[in-house]
Amino acid sequence: MITLNHYLFVSGALFALGLAGVVVRRNIIIIFMCLEMMLSAANLALVGFSRFRVTDGLPDYAAHSLVFFTITVAAAEVAVGLAVIVALYRTRQSVEVDTITRMQG
Amino acid sequence: MPSFLFYLFAAITLGFGLNVILARNPVTSALSLAVSFVGLAALFISLDAYFIGIIQILVYTGAVMVLFLFIIMLLDIQKEEAKRANTAAVIGGVVLAVVLTLQVAAVLGVFKEGAVTTEQRALSMEVASKREDVAQVKTIQKDLAAGTLPDAKLMGMTLFEQYGFHLQAIGLLLLVGTVGVVVLSKRESPGKPVV
Amino acid sequence: MQSLLASFDLPLLIASLIKIVFLVFLVILPMVAYSVYAERRVSAIIQDRVGPNRTGIPLTLLGFKKDIQIFGIGGLLQPMADGLKFILKEDFTPRSVNTFYYWLAPCLTMVPALMTAAVMPFGSELDLSWAGLGAPFKMVIADLNVGPLYMFAISSLGVYGIVLAGWASNSKYPFLGGVRASAQMISYEISLGLSIIPAIMIFGELNLGKMSAYQDANGWLLLPFWGEGLSLSRLVLLVPIVISFVVFSISLFAETNRTPFDLPECETELVAGYHTEYSSMKFALFFLGEYAAMIIGSGLAVTLFFGGWSIPFGPWLSEWTGLQFHYEAGNTPFYTGLLHIGTFFAKIVGCIIFFVWVRWTLPRFRFDQLMKLGWLVFFEVALLNVFLTALLLWLVPLK
Repeated sequence: MITLNHYLFVSGALFALGLAGVVVRRNIIIIFMCLEMMLSAANLALVGFSRFRVTDGLPDYAAHSLVFFTITVAAAEVAVGLAVIVALYRTRQSVEVDTITRMQG
Repeated sequence: MPSFLFYLFAAITLGFGLNVILARNPVTSALSLAVSFVGLAALFISLDAYFIGIIQILVYTGAVMVLFLFIIMLLDIQKEEAKRANTAAVIGGVVLAVVLTLQVAAVLGVFKEGAVTTEQRALSMEVASKREDVAQVKTIQKDLAAGTLPDAKLMGMTLFEQYGFHLQAIGLLLLVGTVGVVVLSKRESPGKPVV
Repeated sequence: MQSLLASFDLPLLIASLIKIVFLVFLVILPMVAYSVYAERRVSAIIQDRVGPNRTGIPLTLLGFKKDIQIFGIGGLLQPMADGLKFILKEDFTPRSVNTFYYWLAPCLTMVPALMTAAVMPFGSELDLSWAGLGAPFKMVIADLNVGPLYMFAISSLGVYGIVLAGWASNSKYPFLGGVRASAQMISYEISLGLSIIPAIMIFGELNLGKMSAYQDANGWLLLPFWGEGLSLSRLVLLVPIVISFVVFSISLFAETNRTPFDLPECETELVAGYHTEYSSMKFALFFLGEYAAMIIGSGLAVTLFFGGWSIPFGPWLSEWTGLQFHYEAGNTPFYTGLLHIGTFFAKIVGCIIFFVWVRWTLPRFRFDQLMKLGWLVFFEVALLNVFLTALLLWLVPLK
């Protein structure tokens, strides 16, 4: 049967995948996507905990609210982040993180 | 939910998530992430979080990933060449992911409270319909008494009664984000440096 | 294996499967085919032409003198002929396309449009107790409590097909068409979503089936003349409802890429837009996907504003004739169930005729006008309308 641990494992694995992506890939857009993946992994853990913390017959909706806020913030973050990437691409003609070394001492 | 559906959707989520990292073509990555999010939404729905699941599809798959796809297509980002992969980063990333996954698995192995099934923590609409906070909102009580879970309504009740301020703060954040995007994507006059 | 089978709710699964087959394959797909025919015939009437009026059962092929026209209406088999033509045409794949996405794109436009049908209540209940089946069957595939949200979520996936078609074709015009289409769809999704909020506020429900049931008992939102609909509050609320219906229906035109907002396939500027490089059945899928989206959109409009499956003045008619025309949970006779299904699709047909009528009457907008209309007019109007509804609901509360 499916237990809370199953969901938590999927959440952890998804987070690990996102983390690996951030470290391995050098395309800034894909790094950004992996960040989204990590956020979603956290959401899955939250929803899982909320479902298994039943009080008076209902799941814990405080956690759902937190997920709702996370999704909203992530949407805003993506919009701004992609605008930054576009601005970056205009000056550098590249989206490789290795080429952005101007701030290095 | 039949347990094989859980495995199916978990496999979709993780498999396509893996493909995001492996794919050379950024468009493939973006689409894989979209599919992965659909799988995740299915997992949310399997946890009786209908509203969150639908919002996940609506916001992430329907809007955020389309935005990504747009940027990738408009900037015309080409495939990466395989040989330029940074070996140290690849090894580091893989080791990090494997270690983290193993750690999660080890922690979950001793996390006895997590070994409960949804049946053991069954939702009970009958009990819920007698809750005090629910009694104030007739429509929710009616739904609960009829034995259905009015997920979106309960979500709304929680948001507006307990997190009203946070909701407004989020609204403000979205506004600031919108203004920020407009400022950032406006083309500067040629003389000025952009970054 | 035993436990796997036991974990399924088999009767529910079979009932759902029958409903899916009925709704998608026996109703929506033929409806799509025939709305193309309707489009051609109605446009012909509007332009004072005859339209396709010859395709019947082709007996002349067998040496007879005349083809048989079904019901005496000329051209009723035209959709079959069209379909045959699409299948027989050369399926050409240009060399420079990204093959995988080029093939994926047409499917991605058609599938989401059909998937949204899952939450559409196309009838009240069908009492099959005469056939030995106990409880009445709800005429909706998935009775979700987040119906409209599900529809928006799934239909927003349709944009992938268009973006990918434009990109994978690897050609200028399709790309521009794809970008235009997706920008348009994303922008108008906002006003579409905001415009239905007043309706949802009045229903106090997010379940499409319950919305229909409410309107069946208390008058349609746009025709509140029976049940509780005759109250002052509902009449006052007609103002925001009319506004939201206008915004909703116009946004629906933009969302389904229909004239006057068919900029993505604007021939004079973009050849054929995102499906320029497509031929044969792949082109047909785009074409049919558009009509399927139109039917589903009409279904949502009907469910929200025109009472879904409910028969107008149902309770009155019941009192008047002695037969039952309104819905009563668990106690709706079989003939009423059938009538409700018929009513729902009749309303959709009406909507489609309206779509066609508008298409052949209005000229096309310019792209900047379209964007301006969406962001500067509809968005604000829909938003203010929400506040107006809230104010009115507070001043003259519903019972």
